[in-house]
Amino acid sequence: MPAKPQSKHSRAKSNLSFRGWRRQNGRVGVRNHVIVLPLDDLSNAACEAVANNVKGTLALPHAYGRLQFGADLDLHFRTLIGTGCNPNVAAVVVIGIEDGWTKRVVDGIAKSGKPVVGFGIEGHGDIATIAMASHKAKDFLQWASELEREECDIAELWVSTKCGESDTTTGLASCPTVGNMYDKLVPKGIYGCFGETSEITGAEHIARNRAINNKIGDKWMKTFQAYQAEVIEAHKVDDLSESQPTKGNIAGGLTTIEEKALGNLEKIGRKCRYIDVLEPAQTPGAGPGLYYMDTSSAAAECVTLMAAGGYVVHTFPTGQGNIIGNPIVPVIKISGNPKTVRTMAEHIDLDVSGILRRELTLETAGDALIEMVIRTANGRLTAAEALGHREFVMTKLYRSA
Amino acid sequence: MATKHRRKSSHKGKSVPAPHFLVHSPKDNVGVIVVENLSAGTQMLGVITETDKTIALEAKESIPIGHKVALKSLKNGDTVIKYGEDIGKMIADVATGKHVHVQNLKTKRW
Repeated sequence: MPAKPQSKHSRAKSNLSFRGWRRQNGRVGVRNHVIVLPLDDLSNAACEAVANNVKGTLALPHAYGRLQFGADLDLHFRTLIGTGCNPNVAAVVVIGIEDGWTKRVVDGIAKSGKPVVGFGIEGHGDIATIAMASHKAKDFLQWASELEREECDIAELWVSTKCGESDTTTGLASCPTVGNMYDKLVPKGIYGCFGETSEITGAEHIARNRAINNKIGDKWMKTFQAYQAEVIEAHKVDDLSESQPTKGNIAGGLTTIEEKALGNLEKIGRKCRYIDVLEPAQTPGAGPGLYYMDTSSAAAECVTLMAAGGYVVHTFPTGQGNIIGNPIVPVIKISGNPKTVRTMAEHIDLDVSGILRRELTLETAGDALIEMVIRTANGRLTAAEALGHREFVMTKLYRSA
Repeated sequence: MATKHRRKSSHKGKSVPAPHFLVHSPKDNVGVIVVENLSAGTQMLGVITETDKTIALEAKESIPIGHKVALKSLKNGDTVIKYGEDIGKMIADVATGKHVHVQNLKTKRW
């Protein structure tokens, strides 16, 4: 097993810290999962059997991985490798139908320095593969169980955001609460991330101006226009009512995509600017700061991509009560809708409905979210984790060959 | 976990009644109802969050929490402003204090 990695941060730089697991590449995770990762849909059964044999490991079944090609295949590999490399993961067992592509995923994850092993099913069958993989999974799990958390500066935390089942209260309360958190934590050196390309329609002039400079603003606009042309305009049959905004958005009082987009952008606060535009599942490479990732606005797809990019905690404002979780990243639910907080209390981690009553300021709500992010990083299970929400959803760009 | 609507609240140290609706920007021509079970005829208190200025308005129909109320009469074709920005166009007339939603407001996009 690998030697204990050294800290890049010998002294805490701010007064905010958390306790996490430092991985071999220096990144810090807030969970310690041993995952059993299928290369393809065919290998889900074996992965789930291994996770059943070895209690405490986590299988990540998904629907794809066969006959994909081009950019769609690249994204498939980037998502699987990025998921395995995420610092919330201690070790990985990969199972695929054949050895070649399985090895490609294993080799990609191995670059992070963490323990990873792969098994191809062809030539062995499910039962022998499950037996071999279970032995390795057990070794990994027992090894990981002795890894210890260490004190880390807040700057080592990567926090992503995406909202879901939004309504007008998200734009008034929960989204600006996340924005206030970013305004306070980005200057302390964290990595942030927002996305949801289609859901900026109507607010693209604002999004473009929040780039660090014109070059990045132009890069963002190019990404936005490509999504409009290749996804929305190429496939739409109406004005997207009930899809964007969703039926739930409309029930919550949101009427148009423009209105939804303006609320969505409240998540990036007032001060911070994004420093680069990432491909889906791409790992940020421009240092600490806020990033934009080109993603769908569907919750599970977006959170899966951000997790594959390396983010370890996700903040998720919701109005009407989106219940999404992720298998490897804790998803913190924030709601300002008093009805949702009352009727779906078990799904909400932070109630900011006091903002609507003018009892709670955004400043105080932002501080409460920072406290919840740190508690979550330290090990508090989110509502989604406690309720078993493990939505792992690959983004598919087009039909397979 | 139940959060009950309270008539008194404290914001920035001041004791002020909890509003019935909030408005993002002074430029907006719609506000958002933030209380449950609002009935027609209610004399509403509104707050513009950007300026903390208060507005009085009578609800001309019952409007669900989270839904929009017209702050002034709007004509078919008018642009609806929220966050100080264009959020779409009216496709029917609406009177002050009435509900603004999919029945009379539509996106200008897509």
